[in-house]
Amino acid sequence: MSDGETGVPLYDGDIAPGDEPASGAEIAVGIRGYLIGLGLAVLATIVSFYISGTTLVWQPSIPAALIVLAIAQMGVHIVFFLHITTRPDSMNNVMALTFGVFVVFVLIVGSVWIMFHLNHNMIPMERLMQMQH
Amino acid sequence: MSIATTDFGFVRGAAAVVPFAEHGERSVASKLIIAAFGFWVFLLSDVVMFSAFFATYAVLKDMTAGGPSGKDLFNISTVAIETGCLLASSFSCGMASLGARARADFMYYGGMIATALLGAAFLLLELRDFTTLIAQGAGPSRSAFLSAYFALVGCHGLHVTMGLLFLLTMMAQVYAKGYRADILRRILCFALFWHTLDIIWVGIFTVVYLMGVAR
Repeated sequence: MSDGETGVPLYDGDIAPGDEPASGAEIAVGIRGYLIGLGLAVLATIVSFYISGTTLVWQPSIPAALIVLAIAQMGVHIVFFLHITTRPDSMNNVMALTFGVFVVFVLIVGSVWIMFHLNHNMIPMERLMQMQH
Repeated sequence: MSIATTDFGFVRGAAAVVPFAEHGERSVASKLIIAAFGFWVFLLSDVVMFSAFFATYAVLKDMTAGGPSGKDLFNISTVAIETGCLLASSFSCGMASLGARARADFMYYGGMIATALLGAAFLLLELRDFTTLIAQGAGPSRSAFLSAYFALVGCHGLHVTMGLLFLLTMMAQVYAKGYRADILRRILCFALFWHTLDIIWVGIFTVVYLMGVAR
């Protein structure tokens, strides 16, 4: 079912999300994939927990580093656990994921951005109370 | 041990011979692809719902109303154990998926039982955390920050609870009906669900706990 060279099936169908790409593969190959994913995820987690409490690096850089590590770890989970990859037969799954990520981005960044500026431009509560007297 | 594609029940692609396609139409995607893709879209909509909880938390995290902040409340070592439980359960869930594909009873049931135990351990730790917070007077009604915290983390906990029920159902179904094509489709959907919960937990331990105690 596959051309042996790349492991890509010869028919031009689709692959189900979560299903594994290599058809006829040995269980050992599957286990190896999950082990690589687990290793990378554990590494990202340990680094995250370590830098959240460290004083070794410039403190304001820590939140940015944590967010980068979290996004990297989510990528690891998506590729090695959910098996959503950029293979041509996985296009529909990737398109749905891309749209989901877009909506999540707009929702979170948009909310934080708007509310930050709203807080910034508001009269402080104490002054508002004084004005009412 | 090698597995041939045809005795999987897991058949992908329109041109593949689809043993369980009722109408015998080769141009239609297999039921596995349709079911799993539909479930994937549902999961993405679930993630979008979680992102609303994340946005709410990010906006409200400093509104402590004079009460305790995350820095005073969070116990990072518990969070580390919870994270370890979920990561390990993602791996064991993967083992169960492989076991189901290969129809290897030991691997399937072993993976599922390990996943269930790790998931239950996670839930117990989270529940213990919540009861400690409420006993300290830091319940969801204390401040906007705590409302957002309990809503976000509690929603994830509810999802894990539902995942556990899903898991036990899948074990029972394989026990009663064997590795039928429709059961294998449900197992695939369960695996997608469980791995997605782990991804959401990555967001929670980063944004809520680690960024809460850093600073």
